[in-house]
Amino acid sequence: MTAVTGDERVADPGRLRRLLIRPELGSVVGAIVVFAFFSGQSAVFRSVDGVANWLDPASTLGVMAVAIALLMIGGEFDLSAGVLTGTCGLVLVTLATRAGWNVWAAMLAGLAVALLVGFVNGLLVVRTKLPSFIVTLGTFLMLQGLNLGVTKALTGTVQVSGLRHAAGYDGARAVLAGSVTLGGTGFRVAILWWVAVTALATWVLTRTRAGNWVFAVGGNEQAARAVGVPAARVKIALFMTTAGAAWLVGSILALRFTSVQANAGIGQEFIFIIAAVIGGCLLTGGYGSPVGAAIGAVIFGMADKGIVFAGWDADWFKFFLGAMLLLATLANRLVRRYAEEVRR
Amino acid sequence: MTPLLETRDVGKTFGSVVALRGVSMTVERGGVTCVLGDNGAGKSTLIKILSGVHAPDSGTYLVDGEPVRFGSPREALDRGIATVYQDLAMIPLMSVWRNFFLGSEPPARGPSRALGGFDVATAKRVAREELRRMGIDIRDVDQPVGTLSGGERQSVAIARAVHFGARVLILDEPTSALGVKQAGVVLRYIAQARDRGLGVVFITHNPHHAYPVGDRFLLLNRGAGLGEYGKADIGRDELTSLMAGGAELDELAHELRRTDTPS
Repeated sequence: MTAVTGDERVADPGRLRRLLIRPELGSVVGAIVVFAFFSGQSAVFRSVDGVANWLDPASTLGVMAVAIALLMIGGEFDLSAGVLTGTCGLVLVTLATRAGWNVWAAMLAGLAVALLVGFVNGLLVVRTKLPSFIVTLGTFLMLQGLNLGVTKALTGTVQVSGLRHAAGYDGARAVLAGSVTLGGTGFRVAILWWVAVTALATWVLTRTRAGNWVFAVGGNEQAARAVGVPAARVKIALFMTTAGAAWLVGSILALRFTSVQANAGIGQEFIFIIAAVIGGCLLTGGYGSPVGAAIGAVIFGMADKGIVFAGWDADWFKFFLGAMLLLATLANRLVRRYAEEVRR
Repeated sequence: MTPLLETRDVGKTFGSVVALRGVSMTVERGGVTCVLGDNGAGKSTLIKILSGVHAPDSGTYLVDGEPVRFGSPREALDRGIATVYQDLAMIPLMSVWRNFFLGSEPPARGPSRALGGFDVATAKRVAREELRRMGIDIRDVDQPVGTLSGGERQSVAIARAVHFGARVLILDEPTSALGVKQAGVVLRYIAQARDRGLGVVFITHNPHHAYPVGDRFLLLNRGAGLGEYGKADIGRDELTSLMAGGAELDELAHELRRTDTPS
């Protein structure tokens, strides 16, 4: 009997199990299957141009999915995140075109609005102890109404446009919505933002005290409080992080299209959540991975463009969405059960 | 030698309900004091007084010989009095080492310290070492706490309390939800903690778990102490019979006996 005796019990099933218990597994397998499927349908899809094409929707979706994944690991939902991207874009374009603000200043104003919305969401959830599903459904509808009402009152139409002529537009566009050419193919700068956000989120979650607290408040809030974790602050910070991501994505899209529709972002909130779930997040909180959520977003990017490349009707996308969600949730559950049984 | 903890005639009332009255007990360094009693005997009220959740309404509570009045569990913890509750305050989906350091994560060395970085390598190493020092054989500190058995979880909670400087460990029914073998594992860690010089308060309703590790035995019945006994003063059978309310059991046996003559 030496100190090493413990290890012989993990030796072989251990390695397999450790691979299986990784929350990203489902999304990696899913991404490979979807890539193989569309590659078989269309040669353009698997070309470098094709990859650049489907990484574009994956990147903006991915930034949001990663932030939502952090929030879900912390045990909460945010249904207002999609419409908030629209709100941030509207604030940016309205201030820059109607009030003559510099684009950078207008972006800062958008960030302030976003962080305020996130703070209010978080505060309401923490103080009222209502499910965040209800609280953010409320803010979702309120923002939707505000976006439409204010836009109509200011412009008489349902969109604001003309960002191209605002001061500071070219610089902001280069940083957030430009392209970099790599081997003759243009890749969107948003892809870099997406990679950076994923890396940052992963570092914070796995290597900082705050990250440990995120897992804890999502896993068992009572127990976390009992050992001195500031649960309320952690949750409010998570809602503000999601709002910050919505600001980044809203600004990227506004700068790219130079105009924003009053209904922008509506309906996206569920896609963020689905991407996070495919990436291994549990609906009950306490478990998940930003990398998984980022890969979940890749699956959607591939499906979104792949259906077009394959020459199908884009209506099939929604069907695909639902099927992926069900499959991913089932796969996650099976894998987790298997992994936990092996440990006994 | 002054005892680590001592209560003299403490009592607690909630409205018109007398939850505890006149209970005296001592906890020595390197000693295990077992608190035995049936449901409703006042065990949990006593723990709450010891751990700083409630202040007693009467009597005195002394730590290191000086009277104290704790306003919160935090204050008790600062004096080295740690309580491991039955429901454990552990996060099942988090790994053993993350749970071990939750709320007291060691800061990273280097530039990431300012950003709230957490020294993961040290946390894993220390968790593994501390568990091994307690003689706890955890296969892998990366595994989620949810995959541990009940006894192992209790052991990790005990090791955590010891590592973070507990001098007195209050264990609330640590063996009640466990099978025979698992209970044995936890009893072994209680003995380990005792051998490292900690004072242990072991709350249980099972005299068979209490007797082997206990040095002193406090019996509670309906909120009052039936006396504190040293191990030399009381045998296992006597303890069991006192615990089960000897006379009451005889009466029950009488009541349950088949009546031969139908009335």
